[in-house]
Amino acid sequence: MPNMSLEKNAMPVQDPKVRSGNFEEVALGYTAETAVDEATRCLNCKHRPCVSGCPVGLKIPDFIKKVAEGDFEAAYQIISEDSSLPAVCGRVCPQETQCEAKCVRGIKGDPVGIGRLERFVADYHNAHTAALPERPVSNGHKVAVIGAGPAGLTCAGDLAKKGYEVTVFEALHLAGGVLVYGIPEFRLPKTIVQTEIDNLKALGVAVDTNMVIGKVLSIDELMDDMGYEAVFIGSGAGLPRFMRIPGENLNGVYSANEFLTRVNLMKAYRQHSATPIRHAKRVAVVGGGNVAMDAARCARRLGAEEVSIVYRRSEAELPARAEEVEHAKEEGIVFRLLTNPVEILGNEQNEVVGIRCVEMELGEPDESGRRRPVVKEGSEFDIEVDSVIMAIGTSPNPLIKSTTKGLETQRWGGIVADEKGQTSRPGVFAGGDAVTGAATVILAMGAGKTAAASIDEYIKSKD
Amino acid sequence: MYKILSKQVLNPTVMRMEIEAPLIAKKAEPGQFVILRAEPEGERIPLTIADFDRDAGTVTIIFQIVGATTEVLSHLSAGDSLADFVGPLGVPSRTEGLHKVAVIGGGVGCAIAYPIAKKLHQNGCEVHSIVGFRSRDLVILQEEFRQVSDKYVLMSDDGSTGEKGLVTDALRRLIESGERYDEVIAIGPLVMMKFVSLLTKEYGIKTTVSMNPIMIDGTGMCGGCRLTVGGETKFACVDGPDFDGHAVDFDEAIQRSAIYRSFERKKHEETCKLYQGGAV
Repeated sequence: MPNMSLEKNAMPVQDPKVRSGNFEEVALGYTAETAVDEATRCLNCKHRPCVSGCPVGLKIPDFIKKVAEGDFEAAYQIISEDSSLPAVCGRVCPQETQCEAKCVRGIKGDPVGIGRLERFVADYHNAHTAALPERPVSNGHKVAVIGAGPAGLTCAGDLAKKGYEVTVFEALHLAGGVLVYGIPEFRLPKTIVQTEIDNLKALGVAVDTNMVIGKVLSIDELMDDMGYEAVFIGSGAGLPRFMRIPGENLNGVYSANEFLTRVNLMKAYRQHSATPIRHAKRVAVVGGGNVAMDAARCARRLGAEEVSIVYRRSEAELPARAEEVEHAKEEGIVFRLLTNPVEILGNEQNEVVGIRCVEMELGEPDESGRRRPVVKEGSEFDIEVDSVIMAIGTSPNPLIKSTTKGLETQRWGGIVADEKGQTSRPGVFAGGDAVTGAATVILAMGAGKTAAASIDEYIKSKD
Repeated sequence: MYKILSKQVLNPTVMRMEIEAPLIAKKAEPGQFVILRAEPEGERIPLTIADFDRDAGTVTIIFQIVGATTEVLSHLSAGDSLADFVGPLGVPSRTEGLHKVAVIGGGVGCAIAYPIAKKLHQNGCEVHSIVGFRSRDLVILQEEFRQVSDKYVLMSDDGSTGEKGLVTDALRRLIESGERYDEVIAIGPLVMMKFVSLLTKEYGIKTTVSMNPIMIDGTGMCGGCRLTVGGETKFACVDGPDFDGHAVDFDEAIQRSAIYRSFERKKHEETCKLYQGGAV
């Protein structure tokens, strides 16, 4: 008999008062008992709507059935057939708009906690199984992957499982992409990312760090001189966007990319870190996505007394995961909604002292279907802050586009790729933020997975 | 790991190192830079490429000890390795099609000005090098500059070597004496580049400066290296590091370069203490 409780088993979390002063993981994970109980809420529907909501097509009811039976390792094996990074997805996917949005149990009550179960299974495996996956027999074909973020790692993992010899070229000194420079430790511990990368290395994936493709080597050199038969571009999001308002270059204004890179990749939150960071008292974070939530919560943990999210639409339009918004609120982050900055104010030393905003109201829906925010006349007001973090998105990195002949890009700079990941250059595939602009980890993984299948098909068709 | 093949002390605070980095050496051009970490857990710092040898597979860096990372770097020796060495980053300096150029170097900036002077000289361009240092002890690359320059003017703040005065004094004199430059290329402290640019603006001479703002990744991701150039935000790592000196907002760049000064000073002192205590 299925467990007919209308409520999802709650996720145990660190107390908000305690956690807003540390960088340890917020969500603590289900126990085996809770996981089994939650798993029995799954009705194992014949038409499997949840699977259609998953960008990588995880066989959700099958793995949940194994959890319900208490066979957690078998559940892991089912997940890893489709996902190269299960411990990551269980933590950072926006399940409420994907798999869980389609769950039949969600019609009346909470959907099954699919993300929480996935996380439990992956953590169980990593804690109980020391054995690394076995390296498949090589098929003798070489593929290059540019960028060791979620798209690239997924593509590399899928190809390695099929026997391809894959080298991932990473620009930074550490593999992981946004998983290591962007998403904070308290949401995604870096040891988890490292475990997933070690698993890929055991499959035979080589990771070559400190390699900026487009500068040190071109795609043409990879293919013509170095014997790579296909290339996957997963170079991710690029330069941060700014609002083009006065004061954005004042001291104390960060892009979220810079702020998060200092904190996460360069460990600026640690006492003896070599990398400096501003320990501001009052911080405004502009934007409403996951990146904005991450930046706000990092600023809080670095000791800020007041951190506000400044967002021009209303709560309903916040693009961040519901759980992140909830966690941010619990940690005392102030949400200044329907508010838009018009100027950042500085003093004579060029230091930020405030942010001037206007109030907004929602008008008619725009192209995105969301109601367009309109300025309320005469509503200008100032907020006193000593740091501002701009989290309003990124534009694509120009390095690969400018050094690869015949690679078509959109007007805004994104690489043109079809639904299979094929670019305008034969043998060159692309996916993730480099194609779509800033999106989610799971969409990048989905694109990496699709491209891996296309690369396999492409190389086989040449034989 | 990136092996240090040789190390040479150029003056009490400036050193030259040759690093084994064949892939970077193969692609490097004057004006480009590398990002390095001296040790794991260290910070990433940008350094402009001072020279490269494609056949030997080496890249030369010249650095001044100014903070914790350069302090650590200065204690490494030939045979040791750097944790990370990434490049070549940034857009190469434009050296084609120029017939007569004044290359201005200030202090350790001469390390970056030299490869550009050399490349111009190889292209058959007439090169007038004007280099400035605080005093005689700090002069670097004198012979190297002489070899690639049709005219070499050495200036010092205290008059202990060359002529007493600023590089702008020498540049103004040369221009006033009738020298007609296609372009002035100035590399050195921000204040020097600002005043060179103000001077050349008076005479309407195109001026290129090499900006070295605070950077983290150096690949076009973090946006920390942004500058205002001609009223627009530019990123030194992918749009530069060379910019039109007449369009750069130097005052903003000077203020931005000081963001972490107190942290850097403290960190440097801590690092020095570690070495003095013999703990490392």
